[in-house]
Amino acid sequence: MTLFNLFRRRGSAPVARERLQILLSYERATRGQSDLLALLREEILVAITKHITVERENVQVRMDRGTSVSTLAIDVEIPNSAGLLLATAS
Amino acid sequence: MAKVLVVTSGKGGVGKTTSTAALGAALAQAGQKVAVVDFDVGLRNLDLVMGAERRVVFDLVNVVQGIAKLPQALIRDKRVETLWLLPASQTRDKDALTEQGVADVIKELRRQFDWVICDSPAGIERGATLAMRFADAAVIVTNPEVSSVRDSDRIIGLLDSKTEKAEKGQRIEKHILITRYDAQRAARGEMLTIEDVLEILSTPLLGIIPESEEVLRASNVGSPITLSNAGSAAARAYLDAARRLKGDTVPMSVPSDRKGLFDKLFGRRAA
Repeated sequence: MTLFNLFRRRGSAPVARERLQILLSYERATRGQSDLLALLREEILVAITKHITVERENVQVRMDRGTSVSTLAIDVEIPNSAGLLLATAS
Repeated sequence: MAKVLVVTSGKGGVGKTTSTAALGAALAQAGQKVAVVDFDVGLRNLDLVMGAERRVVFDLVNVVQGIAKLPQALIRDKRVETLWLLPASQTRDKDALTEQGVADVIKELRRQFDWVICDSPAGIERGATLAMRFADAAVIVTNPEVSSVRDSDRIIGLLDSKTEKAEKGQRIEKHILITRYDAQRAARGEMLTIEDVLEILSTPLLGIIPESEEVLRASNVGSPITLSNAGSAAARAYLDAARRLKGDTVPMSVPSDRKGLFDKLFGRRAA
């Protein structure tokens, strides 16, 4: 460490404080959200399986929280055999 | 009217057990009838910190499972006669405690004691949620350090949602107890200050326990610090915190063990 750095060096506590404030504001906003997502995933799964055969792990539900709007992304992977079922149903 | 207090933190190693022993002893020293209850099933340590490890016969799990009656499991402190310990068991069975079983034990303890102080295990698993489940008030032990503050925030969220009081729509009384605080380092900007921690957690302060060699000395000899060295800075801080729990107004301060010039010149204190 140079002599200049020695004099310039300030405590690390303000960095800790800022990092915590940013992290916790995010964590508080998303707290409980995972429960909502699990619920949505289950209900979406029920709705889909009425018409298509899908694997549980092939249904992904994700929420991205933005400053003004949030997006809900539902990703369903349908095997081609199930696609045939879809075609015959319609 | 008995009060059930949970001493919790989320993070391990911040001083829950030390604080449970010290606050329990301090309240008992003030004439209150106190039971300290170890909820850390499988990793019990409150007995060791209280110096009662060789007197454990029955434990919380035995009582919950109906193998022993509560009076058989309670251990009376040899130094303060109004202080009692209910140890945890060393079983590895994670599901040894049931919610109904714990509810019954807490109910019976409420009838016999002024204070029931539950020492929570670290983490947010079953043991920790059961320890806080029936509490009227919580002491959240926090070190002025990022991971401890983050975990305290998480625990505050659980206290406000998963306790019986919260589920009934009532407010659980919450207090922050800052431990291992070094005023000098905080003043130099090397450690989060009391104000930083309180602002981030927006929860009222119960006390500030300074970093102190005396805390380790107390656990070495198996005595709550308020009994083994009541004059030490940490003990004075715990005694003040206990008075605040009782509802007394005690000005907030950071007691100090700083040695004077004499001690510095003549080296270590004799003890």
